[in-house]
Parts: sequence; C-alpha cells; structure tokens
Amino acid sequence: MARILQLTLNGRARTDAVPDNVLLLDYLREQVGLTGTKTGCDGGECGACTVLVDDSPRLSCLTLAATVEGCRVDTIESLATDGHLSAVQRGFHEKLGSQCGYCTPGFIMASAGLLRRNPRPTDDEIRDALGSNICRCTGYVKIIEAVQHAAALHAAGISP
Amino acid sequence: MNEIVPAHNIGDYVPMIDGPEKVSGRAKYTADLIAPGMLAGRIFRSPYSHAEILEVDVSEAAKLPGVKTIVTGADCDKTFGVLPIARSEHPLARDRVRYRGEPVAAVAAIDDATAKEALRRIKLKVRELPAYHTAQEAMAPNAIAIHDRKPQNLERDVLFELGDVGAAFAAADLVREGTYNCAEVCQNQMEMHAAVADYDVERDRITVHASTQVPYYVHLMLSQILAMDMSRIRVVKPHVGGGFGCRTETLNVELIAALLARKAGGCVRIMVNREETFITHRGRPETDIKLKIGMRKDGAITGVECECIQRGGAHSGYGVVTILYAGSMLYAIYDLNNVKYLGKRVLTNTPPCGAFRGHGTVDIRFAFESLLDGMARALGLDPFAVRRANLLSAPTFTQNDLMVNSYGLPECLDWVERESGWQARRGKMPKGKGLGMACSHYISGASKPVNWTGEPHATVKIKLDFDGSIVVLSGAADIGQGSTTILAQSVAEVLGLDLARVRVVTGDSEVVPKDNGSYSSRVTFMVGNAAIDAAQHLKAVLIAAAARKLEAKPGEIECLGELYRAGAQDKGLSFNEVVTEALKDTGTITVTGNYSTIPESHGGKKYRGSAIGGTMGYSYSAQVVEVSVDEETGVVTVDKVWVAHDCGKALNRLTVEGQVQGSVWMGLGQALSEETAYFGGLLLTANMLDYRVPTIQDSPPIEVGIVESIDPHGPFGAKEAGEGSLAAFLPALTNAIADAVGLRFNDLPVTPDRVFAALEKRARTNGNKQNGGA
Repeated sequence: MARILQLTLNGRARTDAVPDNVLLLDYLREQVGLTGTKTGCDGGECGACTVLVDDSPRLSCLTLAATVEGCRVDTIESLATDGHLSAVQRGFHEKLGSQCGYCTPGFIMASAGLLRRNPRPTDDEIRDALGSNICRCTGYVKIIEAVQHAAALHAAGISP
Repeated sequence: MNEIVPAHNIGDYVPMIDGPEKVSGRAKYTADLIAPGMLAGRIFRSPYSHAEILEVDVSEAAKLPGVKTIVTGADCDKTFGVLPIARSEHPLARDRVRYRGEPVAAVAAIDDATAKEALRRIKLKVRELPAYHTAQEAMAPNAIAIHDRKPQNLERDVLFELGDVGAAFAAADLVREGTYNCAEVCQNQMEMHAAVADYDVERDRITVHASTQVPYYVHLMLSQILAMDMSRIRVVKPHVGGGFGCRTETLNVELIAALLARKAGGCVRIMVNREETFITHRGRPETDIKLKIGMRKDGAITGVECECIQRGGAHSGYGVVTILYAGSMLYAIYDLNNVKYLGKRVLTNTPPCGAFRGHGTVDIRFAFESLLDGMARALGLDPFAVRRANLLSAPTFTQNDLMVNSYGLPECLDWVERESGWQARRGKMPKGKGLGMACSHYISGASKPVNWTGEPHATVKIKLDFDGSIVVLSGAADIGQGSTTILAQSVAEVLGLDLARVRVVTGDSEVVPKDNGSYSSRVTFMVGNAAIDAAQHLKAVLIAAAARKLEAKPGEIECLGELYRAGAQDKGLSFNEVVTEALKDTGTITVTGNYSTIPESHGGKKYRGSAIGGTMGYSYSAQVVEVSVDEETGVVTVDKVWVAHDCGKALNRLTVEGQVQGSVWMGLGQALSEETAYFGGLLLTANMLDYRVPTIQDSPPIEVGIVESIDPHGPFGAKEAGEGSLAAFLPALTNAIADAVGLRFNDLPVTPDRVFAALEKRARTNGNKQNGGA
C-alpha cells in the first residue's frame, strides 16, 4: 500500500506518493535524491542517517516515511545559508571533525539538534548528545572540538 | 612589490581541501551514485562453512518477474587475489564453499525487493565437509585441506634465526616467557561496501565505481575475472568512507557487480549491508603468540624468540605478507641482535583476513611491550629506562637488513614521559588507578610493490593551461586520510602558491596516472615525493619562461609564487604573465613527477620473504595511558592518553593529529571491546552493537605530541602518521592495568568480564591463603 505524504523537507513543502513500508532514509535517498544522509548499518547501530524531525535528531533508518506526515524534516543539505556553511558544518570542517566524511552528516545533524536546544553545551553534554553516533576515523577528540568551535561560531551569530 | 613573498602551507593546520563537500552532504560515495534504470544487485551467500557444491539451482529465481539476470560460479572460472603468488579466490564459489557467507550466486533485478525475493528462491545443494574454525583444528594431522595446494592448511610458515638466541639467553640475567592471544578484529569502516558497474554493450566496455583503497588492483582483477582487455575497463573511486585496510585488495563485491552488469547488459548497483560488510571481512587475524625475551640487569635485551600463529580465514588474501611482517617488524624499533621467529599462517573456514591498519605488527607489539613491562618490574627498572637501554642509533641497518635513516623514538619517549608527569605520578596513583607506557613503529610504504612492473613507485602529473590553475592528476586514493590535501599542499609549497590555485583530480583511471593505492602508509611518502618532483619540473618550466620574457638567465629568476622577477629591483611578471609566456611554444603544459624507492631499502636475503618490512622510513610512537579499574565491576576506563609520534615532518599538523588520535583510538577498541565471535562458523558479531565499537562516551582525551626527525628521503622530511601509533596503545593499556591492580592481561580484548573474573580469582586465592594461614 502507498499513501500521499505531505511534509516540509528542508524548508520546502513536498507531496509524494510513498509506500507504507518505506523508511524515511530510503525515501530521502532513493526517492527524493538527497544522498547526503548516509546508510551506515542495518538499523539503529551507527547514527549516520540522523536527520532532524521538528528540530529533534531522529534515526531515519528506524523511521517510516509515513510517520513524518505534516512534520518538518531537515537533512544535511538544508544547513548552508546562501552557500555559506553553517556553524556546525564549519566546526567540523575547520577542526577536522570529519575525516572520511561518511558519519559526518549524522554527527552534524545531531550536533545541530543539540545547539538548537542548548547553544553552549559542555563537553559532557556533547558526549551525551552524540552518544549514539559512531565515527571510525577521529577517535571523537576533534569532534568534540568541532562542536565547541561551532557553538562559538553560533554565539557570534552564525546559524547552527 | 617587496611585500610579495611565496605562500607557505607545510607545517600549518590545514583543513582538508575536500572538507566542504563532506560537511555539506555533496560528497558522493559509491552508494550515492543513483542512475535512472539501474538494476539492484544482491548476493546469495553460503549457509555452510565448508561444503562441496553439488548444484546451484537458480531456475525458480530466474522465473520471478523483474529479475534481469543471475550469475553463479558457472559464469566465471577465473580466480583473484592480491598477491600474484596466491590468487585462489573465485568471485562466486565454484565446486566448494569455504566459509559461511561466501558468495555463491548473485541477482540483478529491477528493484531491491525483487532481488531479495529472488535470493530466497535460489537452492544450494551441497555435501558438507569437516569445517575448521580455529587454527588448531585446521592444523590437526587428520584435517582435510581447505585448498588442495595447501596441505595441513598451512598457507605459509616462516622460520628464521639471526644471531645465536641460545647463547643470548645464557648471557641474560633474566629470561621470561609469555603467551598471548589477540582476538580477531575488523575495520568496520563506516561506509559499507558498494559497487556500481555499468557495461556498455555496443562498445564492449565497462565502468566500475567502487568503494576501494586500490583502484589499480581492482582494474587488474576486473580484467582477469572478466577476461577483458584492461583498455576496455574504467575504474572510478568516488569518495570512500574509510578503509583501514579492508579495501586494500579487490573484494568480491566489485567483481560480482561487474559480472552482473555484463550479463545484464546494463548498470548494476550492489550495496552490501553491514552484516555482509563484516562477513567480507579482511580484518586482523586471531593471533596466538609465544614470546621469550632475555634481558641483562641494565635492561638491555640479549635475545628474542617468538612463535606466532595467525588464523587466516578461508582464502590467502595478504596472509603471506601478514605473517612475514609479524616477524620482520620485531626489528627496526630496538637494537636486537639475536632473534628467532617461527610464524604460521593457517587457512580456516572463517571469513578471510586481510591487512588491517598496522598490518602484521600490532599483536606482536602487544606481546613484546607487555613482556618488557613485566621484565622491567622484575628487575626493578623503570619501563622508560628499559626502552632507552635498547635504542637504535640511526642511520643504521638492522640485523635483518632494514634501513633506518631517521629515528625519533628517544624524543617520543621524552615527550610522553614529561607531559604525563610519569616520574612524579607513577606509583603514587590512588587505588584502582594506574599508568602504563609502550612504544610502536610502522613503515612509510612497502619499499617493494606487490606487482613488480619496473615502473616508478609513484607518478604524478600536473597540468597548467591558459587559466593559470594548477591541476594535479594523481591516482592516489583518498579514503578520508587526507592524501588529496597533502598533494595540493606539496605542489603549492614548491611553487610558492596559495592552495586556492591548486585543484587535485584523483580516482578515475580514464584521467589520472596509475597509483598502487592507499595501503602500508605509502601515499604521503611516495606520492608526496612524486608530487614535489612534478612541481619542481613545472617550476623550472615557469622560470625558463620568465627568463625568456625578462631577457635574463634562468639562474637569475627569483620565484615568489605570484611574482617572478630578475632581482629585487625588477618589477617582474605576475604568475599569469609567466603562464602566458610559458604556453607560447607548447600550448598546454603537462609535467610528470616520479618517485622510486632506493635498493638499500628493499631488505636483505637472509631468509625467504625478508623484503617484507623494508621501507624508506619508519615512524615511531610512544604512549602513556592512564586508567581507572573499577574493582566492583571489572570496567576499565581510559582517563587519558599521551601519544608522541615521529612522523618525520608534519606536513599538516591538523591531519597528523587526527590520524594519530584515530590510530590510538582504534587500538583502544581492539584492546578493550572489539572482537568477532563465531558459532559453527556463523558470525555472531555482524553488527555494531555486538561488535562493540567504542562510542564518544567511552573515548578518552588523546593529547598528541608531534616529533619531527626530518627523514632525509621523506617529502619535506615526512614519514607516515596514520598507522604507527595504533599498536602501542594495546600494551600501554594492559601495562597501566597491571600498574593499577597488579593483574596482567595477556589476552585481548580486556573486557569487564575478563577483568572481573581475574579479580575474583585473585580474591579467592588470597582468601584461601589467608584461611590456610589462620
């Protein structure tokens, strides 16, 4: 069975016919073509597919597309403003919070969600917020620095 | 114009030049290459560990509407493998399956759901054979051969004795022996394996996009498996989500995608899932080590005897090289003069192992540094003093003929000793807390390539055209380690230009020069040197053009990057004016830079395989680890790590720090929580919850000290930075645990249940003693 899904995706209203059993992850990647959101595991293990649903981080691999009816969904592609990287994106780029880049969209979306609700997090609050995201390159040290840098940029007026 | 100076970047903190794509979601990885009309590929895998194939019945699957094509072992009788001497693997099993999960058939269908349903309709008939899931079972006298050409399932045995080990032990004040077991671990890079193969029926050509570290090897193996001329094949490496060695050889995924695409006459995408990525494996083998060391009272090592058994899995892969590294790399870190090594690489009915980060050196280093620590304690010596009693003095050749030109280990030791407050804090830690230290090293590229063709080890081209942009063409595979950035930096530095002028094109066999690939930490050293060579050629061309225009001699031309002039009073020419002049006679300029290792780095001939371990430069690492052990639960927490890494010269301090922290952390995973587990050959840990990868909550601060020994042959003096610091973490951790609670763990990983059991056992023993005494 399929249904008509209406949502606000990256700030734009969209209407799509979506099979009931399609995951939000696959809807975004395969149907809409937003491949910035990554598939890293077989379900709920790694956080690479994290998106924001109404500003809260959500694993799109454990979310049926049909359940975001009427919601605001933001993916990594939504963050830049007029071509400028957001504070979190700059943080990850400038402090090397991203090496291979595959887990990065998930980390960035989880961090963006954190900064939207807590603009000046402590290191422990960052650890709590990113505890379900796996990175295999960095050892997380520079990810914490990246989020702290992003918080400072955000405080200076750059959107998270 | 005096304010104009050449731009410099070497030694700076330089964010990766492809970073903006990665943080914005624009970076395309193989699975992101979605094309209209492409077919979905799925692989049918063996549910048996070891069996003779009687029939692969795909008739019911073929009838399913939407199934475009099916391939089985009958479609390809060729074999592949990374080592020319050990190409024993079929992309799809023929006659026999040798591990649970080995590909047997594959389907291409109009969508993934149809492909999955087709897999359910494939029937595999077999006669089961005895299966061996441990090295000991496989080596048993009555075991049947998993590969006919390898009786006793011995892929390779290595034996050498250099010096006189018996006499060395006799001359020692203390001789100690230890046995060690390191569990099998795997890379578990974040991007699951994927391949997109597009076959052009009209032209009989194929393009394969693959998540690989070695596009050239994939190219070679595609040619072999498809029986197609190499000129008809194009291999593209898009962005790759990590590798850590599991992609340093051609994998069955890309070969199967190509077989499907050709048979279907179209484009096929295979995205294997996380479970299948674990099964494809190529991780670090389970290793059993017996180690004996002789030491004098002052800490000097008199002799070493080491026995090493690796459970290699069902196919050769890099196995021969792995077991050789484990022996040869006993050397090149300390001054050893009497060493006996016996290595056995064993074939088993488990997924094939490969070249995991720190290839062949990690488990051996764990054993070695653990035993040194225990011996230091027994002799009442500081662990730092024991290392210092055994240092090499570079330049030198080791007893097994490895060339060591630069050696920053002493400075690494000094840095971590000082920064960790070792002398003031050691032995004065609160209950349950401790400090441990250890060292490790690694090569900067194997000095002999896997495929000996007579070509240079690395080739880089630079194109310069009317637009004045410097386009660097390289086959070096950036898999997240930052090689593309290093190439841009190297070229920009030589030309004195800002990085903004430099673009780097990589990863497409149609465009870029061949490169052997990203493995053995070869890229910065070899491709970096080739990039410098190319840039110097280009600079000479530009200087000659400027001299022509300014009516001066080339020797009089001063290159300031954006300005070329003949003496300080000269107004000079802008870079673009020089480019215009340079193009006048030749049009578009292309220059080539090459790099080859020198024969002295190729190792000796004292035993068969002694070239393995040879390199142009060894990196060195020393670490101090601070731990807390919860004696109620057995949970070990790493509070902090201090690591000093001798990378020769940090070309990019940001990426060096990132690589060193990443290696230390990967060692932390292996030491504390990561291990594969099988039941009857079935992989039980094929997800990231059961295969326990440390999260950000489990991960300590890692402070990095960069030691610059300036290697005489390295690019700007650089050596590797991405592997050498992994190994030292493992023993530094267990040495710290020994310091904290007085218990030594020789088996990895040190999980809470192991620690708890050891604490309980000690409590019982002490209790019994007390009872007996009462």
